[in-house]
Amino acid sequence: MAMFGLFGNKKKTSSSVAKDRLKLVLIHDRAGTSSNNEMIEMMKRDILKVISEYIEIDESEFELDIKTAKGGKDRVFSEIVANIPIKRVRKMGKNKY
Amino acid sequence: MNNVIVVTSGKGGVGKTTTSANIGVGLARLGKRVVLMDTDIGLRNLDVVLGLENRIVYDLVDVVSGTCRLKQALIKDKRYDGLYLLPAAQTKDKNAITPEQSKALVEELEKEFDYVIIDCPAGIERGFQNAIAGAKSAIVVTVPEVSSVRDADRIIGLLGAAEVEDMKLLINRLRPDLVKKGDMLAIDDTLEILGIDLIGVIPEDELIFRSSNLGEPAVTDDSSKAGKAYREVVDRILGKDVPISTPEEKTGFFGKVRKLFGGKE
Repeated sequence: MAMFGLFGNKKKTSSSVAKDRLKLVLIHDRAGTSSNNEMIEMMKRDILKVISEYIEIDESEFELDIKTAKGGKDRVFSEIVANIPIKRVRKMGKNKY
Repeated sequence: MNNVIVVTSGKGGVGKTTTSANIGVGLARLGKRVVLMDTDIGLRNLDVVLGLENRIVYDLVDVVSGTCRLKQALIKDKRYDGLYLLPAAQTKDKNAITPEQSKALVEELEKEFDYVIIDCPAGIERGFQNAIAGAKSAIVVTVPEVSSVRDADRIIGLLGAAEVEDMKLLINRLRPDLVKKGDMLAIDDTLEILGIDLIGVIPEDELIFRSSNLGEPAVTDDSSKAGKAYREVVDRILGKDVPISTPEEKTGFFGKVRKLFGGKE
């Protein structure tokens, strides 16, 4: 192992795998707690406020969640997934198009 | 840390009771008046770890239910003057007391003792709620292993929600050789994941088996590595600024040379 280290081969140790797995699982564990549900609700409210200035959206169908996703090379990460159905795009006075 | 400290972990078998016993004895041998409160109703063990199992007459549930007075249930340690144990009941279940009763009891104990150390049961249900009810500080015990660290994170969240803000992490059973090989979470990794301050690192030590066999906590044993680490934890509880002597193996000059050539150390 030390030999590989000398030539800069970055073979993952089991402890670094453990660390990565823990970080990921804790994102989900923490997201499931009540204080985090509260945070997601607050985030939803703020996002809604900003988007509504430009686009009229269907508030009742607005979904926001923290999910696990898979990238290339089996890389696993957490992401925020938002599903925001549009009702109508507002006509903006200072539209640059 | 504050005078009422709960020792907790979420997961079972990581060393809560051993840690409680060592901290209690460690504080008492420095002249503090200490009561160890076992809140693991139905699965009491602090009595055997301390070697006091033959002296129990009344227990915590007897006190709460009014069967006896608090002083009657307290067991005085043979070796250390200021050390007392309030044992858990063995034949009742965790619902025998409420968090409010537990808190009231802690407030009584606080008047008589310099430190109240509460040994928490595993889990996050009533027993946990009872144990943290009167606590002002918490020592979260974890071993450097995924399931234990995950449970510790959950406990940290629950302690925060219960407004026990003063939390410290104790990493137990660390194997420096495995950390070096990359097969055990290093101290820094665990700290980064859990995000609370460290109160100590206890190295894996065979002598712990001997000390629980004998009912004599390792903190009194000068030859025990774990005992030394527990003595440092006790100093930090008392507010002394003792650097964390991480039990990572020392690599001497020849070790470094061997490592350079890919040799095993």
